[in-house]
Amino acid sequence: MNFDKELDARGLSCPLPILKTKKALNDLTSGQVLKVLATDPGSIKDMQAFATQTGNPLLSSSEENKAYVFFLKKK
Amino acid sequence: METQTIRKPATAADAALDRAISERIDALLDERLEAKLAELKAARTPSMTIIATKGTLDWAYPPFILASTAAALGWDVSIFFTFYGLELLKKDLRKLKVSPLGNPAMPMKMPMGPAWFKSIRWNIPNVVQSVIPAYEAFATTMMKKTIKKTGVAGIDELRSLCVEAGVNLIACQMTVDLFGYKHDEFIPDVKEYCGAATFLPMAKDADVCLFI
Repeated sequence: MNFDKELDARGLSCPLPILKTKKALNDLTSGQVLKVLATDPGSIKDMQAFATQTGNPLLSSSEENKAYVFFLKKK
Repeated sequence: METQTIRKPATAADAALDRAISERIDALLDERLEAKLAELKAARTPSMTIIATKGTLDWAYPPFILASTAAALGWDVSIFFTFYGLELLKKDLRKLKVSPLGNPAMPMKMPMGPAWFKSIRWNIPNVVQSVIPAYEAFATTMMKKTIKKTGVAGIDELRSLCVEAGVNLIACQMTVDLFGYKHDEFIPDVKEYCGAATFLPMAKDADVCLFI
C-alpha cells in the first residue's frame, strides 16, 4: 500500500504508539496515508478504537516480521 | 364564543382533522428527534476530568496515561491535582518513589538476567523491608530499570505530552498552603490554582470523571 509518512513505534508501550500516531497525523494533510509499525500487542485494538474515535479511517491492520502494521488515512 | 370553537371542534370533520394533525406531529417528532440527538452527540467533544491524589512513581502513571490518550482521541481533559498528587506537578520528577512497603500487590522482580530469573517473584516480608536501609531507593531504581526496558514512557515524557496536547493542569490551592509549597516549585504549565468549587462544575459537565 502507498503511504506518505512512516512512523516506527516498535518497542514502545501503551499509550505511546497512539500518542505518536496522533502527532504524526498532525503533519499530514487530508487524504494522506500514515504507515505505523508497532510491537505493543494492545495496539491492535487501540489503533482501531483510535481510528473510530477520531474519524481517521484505519485502512488496514496486519502483522509482518513480528510487528503490527497499520495504515491510517487522515480525515 | 370564539375561544369555545377553538377548544372544542364544532364538527366531526374538525375532530378527525385534529386527530390526524396530532398523529402526524408525533410521527415526525419521533423521526426527527432521533436524528437531531444523534447529530448533537456527534458534534459534541467528549470531556474527561481526573482527580489525581497520589504522589508515588507507580500512581503517577494512570492520570498521565489516561489524560494523554484522551487528548489524542480529541477529548477535552482537565486534571485536578490535590494532596500528594501535587508532587506530579513539581519541576523535578526524579524524586518520585515507589514503595513495596505496605503495597502487597506489587510484584518484586528483577529487571535483569535471563527470563526465568526475571519471572521470580521475591516475597520479602514487610517487617524485613522496613528495616533494610534504602530499601525504597533500591525498589525505585529497579522499577525505573524495568520501565525503561519494557518501552514504557517516563513520567516526565507523558506529562510533556499532556501539556503539548492541551491537557488542563489544575492545582489545589488548599494543598499548596497545607504543605507549604511555593508556586515556583511547579511547572509553569499549571494554569490554575483553585479549590473544589472551581473543579466540581467542570466535573459535573464531563462525560468521564475519575478519582485516582
